[in-house]
Amino acid sequence: MDPKAFVAGMSALGAGLAMIAGIGPGVGEGYVAGQACSAIARQPEAQSDVTRTMIMGIAMAESTGIYALVIALILIFANPLLGQF
Amino acid sequence: MDTNISGARVLWESDFTLPLFGHISITETMVNAWIVMLIIWGACIFFTHNLQKVPKGKQAFIEKVIEMLDNLVEQNMGKGCQHYAPYIMTLMLSSILGTLVSMIGLRSVTADLNTTLGWALMTFALIIYTNLRYKGLGGYLKGLLEPIPVMLPLNILSEIATPVSMAFRHFGNIAGGMVISTLMLGALGALSGAIHLPIPLLQIGIPGVLSLYFDLFSAGIQAFIFSMLTMVYVGSARQA
Repeated sequence: MDPKAFVAGMSALGAGLAMIAGIGPGVGEGYVAGQACSAIARQPEAQSDVTRTMIMGIAMAESTGIYALVIALILIFANPLLGQF
Repeated sequence: MDTNISGARVLWESDFTLPLFGHISITETMVNAWIVMLIIWGACIFFTHNLQKVPKGKQAFIEKVIEMLDNLVEQNMGKGCQHYAPYIMTLMLSSILGTLVSMIGLRSVTADLNTTLGWALMTFALIIYTNLRYKGLGGYLKGLLEPIPVMLPLNILSEIATPVSMAFRHFGNIAGGMVISTLMLGALGALSGAIHLPIPLLQIGIPGVLSLYFDLFSAGIQAFIFSMLTMVYVGSARQA
């Protein structure tokens, strides 16, 4: 088998597998939004504070998903492994 | 229809090389960033010429915007931090406009890691400077040893991770949106070809909805988050 084709195929597979990391931020952000909803329901006057904190928290939780996305993008568009053949 | 996703094109590259930097090149990102700068510069001149004592029209609008920003900075960083507001506003405006240039067919400035990493390093320098100024070198180094000295490597790592995660978050969101939009456009074209439509009819409308989320919403949220994180980090560096 052509080693280059094998590495390219495996890299595509790896990029897909890397994006499984999207599950974590999805669950986490959903939980954050749900908690923010109940917080606002309890104290409607704190809505702007809660929303701001929620967006910050979501941004933080999203980091891991974004790292996975960057790795997937590198594997597809700028594959460092292909250069070895 | 072929789908083509690539990084920023290099428009010009120097023949000479500089030590440490190599070839000096001008990329698509830089040219688009210059366009964004021109737009911001033009807006500044438009909004600030012919100022009146009693504001009305465009002056009333821009005063309201600046007031909102000042309030945001004060809420997040505490009193006496108004002098950070211009930096925050600059970050926010260049981030929003830098992402939204994709709406007129140019490549987003922020879909290039160099841009966001540059901003993140600027913020990082500001954080370190604020730390050194308000806590002193000894206080800052002592802060790295808390809560227990064993945590030193982890604390250093988390300091370094600050600019890296800020840069990657912004870049990843915009670049990911760009990739998804482009793939979706290609897929819709292929789909309309597969069901024998004379023109790629499915490409009408659906990419617009995607663009609404990935361009408009994402641009606003990411600009807000980037400046928000800057405020929070610098604000916490000020507290001894």
